[in-house]
Amino acid sequence: MDTVMTAKLDPRVALAELEEKKPERVTLVVLSGDMDRVMAAFIIATGAASMGMQVTMFFTFWGLNAIRRPGTTGKAKDWLRRSFGAFNKAGAENLPLSRFHFWGLGTRMMKLVMKQQRMPGVPELMEVAKDLGVKFIACTTTLGMMGIGKETLMEGVDQLAGVSTYLAEAKDAQVNLFI
Amino acid sequence: MQKDVVLDTLGLFCPMPIIKTSKKIKELIVGQVLEVISDDEGIKKDMPAWCETTGHEYLGLEEEANPGAIHYKAYVKKSK
Repeated sequence: MDTVMTAKLDPRVALAELEEKKPERVTLVVLSGDMDRVMAAFIIATGAASMGMQVTMFFTFWGLNAIRRPGTTGKAKDWLRRSFGAFNKAGAENLPLSRFHFWGLGTRMMKLVMKQQRMPGVPELMEVAKDLGVKFIACTTTLGMMGIGKETLMEGVDQLAGVSTYLAEAKDAQVNLFI
Repeated sequence: MQKDVVLDTLGLFCPMPIIKTSKKIKELIVGQVLEVISDDEGIKKDMPAWCETTGHEYLGLEEEANPGAIHYKAYVKKSK
C-alpha cells in the first residue's frame, strides 16, 4: 500500500482570499431550462448548502420547467399561449441538453452515461437541494406570461415572487449567479 | 491516520462526497475524526475548502494506489 501525505499548506494558501470574504449566502437565477445548465446550478446550490451557506434559487423563464410537475400543461385559455405551452415540456426529468439534444436522442444517451457512472441527474440533485434546505422561488411574471398555473409547480416551491424579492436577497449575498 | 468514523464515497462524483460529508459530520461528536474515502480527485481541493468554510479542522489527505483508481482518504476533525 503506497501511502503519501500531501502538504497541508497548499490548499490553505489558495483559500486565504475566500476566508477574508466569508461567503454565507448564495443566490442563483435559473433562467435556462437546459439540462446541463440546470444541473450545474444544482451542483453549485447543493455544494454551497453543504458548506453551510444559505442558498436561494430563483426560477424564471425556461428555468421554470425544472420546477413544473412533469406532464402538466399550461392553463392559458388563448390558443397562442396554449400552443406555445405544447413545445415547452414540464418536469426536471424532461429538460433537453443545450447541445446535442438531437430531438431527444442525445439527451437520452447522456442520461444513460450518467446513470452508468452513478452520477445524480437533475431530479436527484433537486431532491438533495430540498433536503439541504435550499429555497426555491418561482418568478410570478414569467408564470403569468407563459400561462403556467402555480398549482402545476412541484411541491416544495417556497415562494412566488418578483424582482424585488430577488434583489433584496442578492444584495446581502456574497455569491450571485445567473444561469 | 487515527479515525473514528469512515465514510465511503467511492464512485461518487462532485458534489456528492461533500454533501455526504456534511451529513455524516453531524453524527460525530466534537473531537472525533472522520475519514472520507473517494476516488474523485477533486476532493484534494474540495475537502480543505469545505473545512475552511464550515470551520472543521482539515487534518490532511492520504493517497492509496489501487488497481483501477487512486483512493483518496481525507481526514476531518469535527470542531464544533
